[in-house]
Amino acid sequence: MVQFTDWDILKNLLLAARWTILLSLLAFAGGGLFGLILTLLRSMRNTFITRVIQCYVEVFQGVPLLMQLFLTFFGLSLLGIEVDAWTAAILSLTLFSSAFFHDIWRGCIEALPKGQWEACRTLGFTYMQTMRYIIVPQAMRMSIAPTVGFSVQIVKGTALASVIGFVELTKAGTMINNAVFEPFKVFALVALLYFVICFPLSVLARYLESKNHVTR
Amino acid sequence: MSLVSLDEVHKYYGENHVLKGVDLRVNAGEVVSIIGRSGSGKSTLLRCLNGLEEYQQGAVIVDNQSVENDDYKLRLLSRSVGMVFQNFNLFPHMTVGENVMLATKLVLKKSVTESRQLAEELLAKVGLADKFDAYPGNLSGGQQQRVAIARSLAMSPKVLLCDEITSALDPELVGEVLKVLEQLKEEGMTLILVTHEMNFARDVGDRVVFMNQGKVWETGPSDEVFANPQTDELKSFLAAVR
Ligand SMILES: Nc1ncnc2c1ncn2[C@@H]1O[C@H](COP(=O)(O)OP(=O)(O)OP(=O)(O)O)[C@@H](O)[C@H]1O
Ligand SMILES: [Mg+2]
Repeated sequence: MVQFTDWDILKNLLLAARWTILLSLLAFAGGGLFGLILTLLRSMRNTFITRVIQCYVEVFQGVPLLMQLFLTFFGLSLLGIEVDAWTAAILSLTLFSSAFFHDIWRGCIEALPKGQWEACRTLGFTYMQTMRYIIVPQAMRMSIAPTVGFSVQIVKGTALASVIGFVELTKAGTMINNAVFEPFKVFALVALLYFVICFPLSVLARYLESKNHVTR
Repeated sequence: MSLVSLDEVHKYYGENHVLKGVDLRVNAGEVVSIIGRSGSGKSTLLRCLNGLEEYQQGAVIVDNQSVENDDYKLRLLSRSVGMVFQNFNLFPHMTVGENVMLATKLVLKKSVTESRQLAEELLAKVGLADKFDAYPGNLSGGQQQRVAIARSLAMSPKVLLCDEITSALDPELVGEVLKVLEQLKEEGMTLILVTHEMNFARDVGDRVVFMNQGKVWETGPSDEVFANPQTDELKSFLAAVR
């Protein structure tokens, strides 16, 4: 039997944490991009598009992320599309976060006073000019804090990818514990590492939020 | 031919019949004040003039352009009709100068130099030459409203619509905004003002329009209407606001 020193445990967890971080970054980028596309489509105020996006958001916000992971992983293979744990995890986390990002950003756009749109109309701006020069810059400022805040949820969400066999921090913790049988020590370290990743993000979100209040 | 004309204009918000056949003509250079009780349709009337609201029946013609619900036509119309709002609606993320310059750059496609020069002139005209680089949030209400006026003027409109533009201001700041309007009148600008400032309506307005129940109830030269109101409704309205 292999002997694990404390340092070995930590080292292996740190190596696995790389995948947690990478998965989070990819989900953040993918979800952000897709969420942005949804937000722009939605802002065109086409009834049909709006309905479809509303359904999309309801589904991905209303179904537990764990089920989304299962459905992507097992559902796609049922359809004959073989996906590995990586692809399934990235895909579900992207869809999941795009729904939330879209909702955050739409909220920020709608929070702008109607008068901003009216002023633009009376000045003769086109829809694109209004979005580009007036709406998006203001909505973006407002959305930075909640967006960073949600990225904490993404990081924590990656833990669920362990159930489909993706070896990230949580899965690595389980595997190491199976070898060393020191659950408290191992999982305390796992928790600590999550905290180390998430805490700076929370602090950043809070900082940005307070900064936003001052400038407005 | 009048600069602004409304013919039998009807406007509904769902079931709510807000404008019930409004007829009104405004000539170039005229200053018309619109008065009336809350809910009588003053704002709605103004907003039908520049397409912010659709109307269901009748015709609105401004500067020889029919006001229709068509994005392209409304953008063209925006060169003829300016609007100043009760709560300014300045762009808070831009400096005062950028607020004034943006439309000339984007819509009239003027160069930055030209736009900047125009903005400086207009800000000087409303007495804010030194605020070019300030942000709206750092200005008083009266200053913000004067910036908003300068922003509308940048499009060199033929008529300027003002919807209670002094109502959100502290009393001591009302004067500086009204002074700008007086100055515009002297320069021959056509003004349509929804206002609660009866003294201003009487002294500066050429003509008063009293709106009641979605109609132009009574209208005439300002001094006459205020000195000698004809209808009971206007009499009681004037008695109530004085
Ligand atoms: N966006 C809207 N949707 C539905 N009803 C509206 C809307 N705007 C105005 N109304 C209704 O239309 C009527 C006329 O409103 P309007 O704002 O034109 O009155 P007003 O004369 O400007 O009043 P005030 O002096 O209070 O500004 C009111 O009954 C109001 O409730
Ligand atoms: Mg009103």
